Amino acid sequence: MILGVTYDLIRWEERNLIEEARKLGHTIIPIYTKDFFTLIGNEINKIDADVIIQRNTSHSRALLTSIIFENMNYKVINDYLTLIKCENKLLTLSILSKHNIKTPRTFIAFSREKALELADKVGYPVVIKPIEGSWGRMVAKAIDRDSLNNFLEYQEYTTSQFRYAYFIQEFVKKPNRDIRIFVIGDEAPVGIYRVNERNWKTNTALGARAEPLKISEELRDLALKVKDVLGGFFLGIDIFEDPERGYIVNEVNGVPEYKNTVRVNNFNVSQYLINKISEWIRK
Amino acid sequence: MVTLKCPVCGNDVNVPDDALPGEIIEHDCGAQLEVYSDNGRLALRLAEQIGEDWGE
Repeated sequence: MILGVTYDLIRWEERNLIEEARKLGHTIIPIYTKDFFTLIGNEINKIDADVIIQRNTSHSRALLTSIIFENMNYKVINDYLTLIKCENKLLTLSILSKHNIKTPRTFIAFSREKALELADKVGYPVVIKPIEGSWGRMVAKAIDRDSLNNFLEYQEYTTSQFRYAYFIQEFVKKPNRDIRIFVIGDEAPVGIYRVNERNWKTNTALGARAEPLKISEELRDLALKVKDVLGGFFLGIDIFEDPERGYIVNEVNGVPEYKNTVRVNNFNVSQYLINKISEWIRK
Repeated sequence: MVTLKCPVCGNDVNVPDDALPGEIIEHDCGAQLEVYSDNGRLALRLAEQIGEDWGE
């Protein structure tokens, strides 16, 4: 199999994917996005690959290169529609809710006054976050009306195209951890707890500790249902454990990082992914 | 190893022969450098700062 890997930064994951593909005897073509260009509708820069794995760190570069490669008739993991559904949290949660998958209670308002009115009804604390964002950036817990008002004002002065869309969620009373589970192809083979005793935000990018997760049938079924409704081939699904409602899907990542998952589970995610891709293209 | 010049301090930077474009190198002077291909030859430039749309 010939695998393309489109990337804009060599993180642990990209290096590992390249090494594992070579060990498995596949040909790998690294495609550095900043060196890549194309002429729409033309076949220049044609890459001789069976599948292209999307690994751009920048969401805009990921989306655009998936669009480009799919329209050059490559199979791309993940495809651009999946990336859009994962990146836009309003779209993610809307699709999941429509399919009866539990998500945090989320309100969207288009004026600060209405946002404050909604938060008063939800009850404090509430969480505000950008509709598009990563690594826990600008996710904030407002403990009262005054702090929420300040956060919303800060949001209005960002450059986000969604700065006047106010995305407010209940503060889920989860334990000091959340769950990250990976869907790879048609399986959910591995996951971690992300534990943080000192910060309610459990992103490993913000210092949460990874611990191995034993995947129950309920979690596996939930992860595969998320994949069924969102699409994609390789997803990182973030799940809260709510003391009353059980598992709640918080976010889905379309270009997931997995260094810590590999380390604590001794599970070779790159190899598993490559083998699943190989099975898929043979079908 | 290929010896290149740091675009910030001008001192030597050793880069592995098999480095890929996009690799980040922390130089002694404190600069974060990005390997790129300059007409097929490895070269260094100041790495891009973490962007608002970066992440998983």
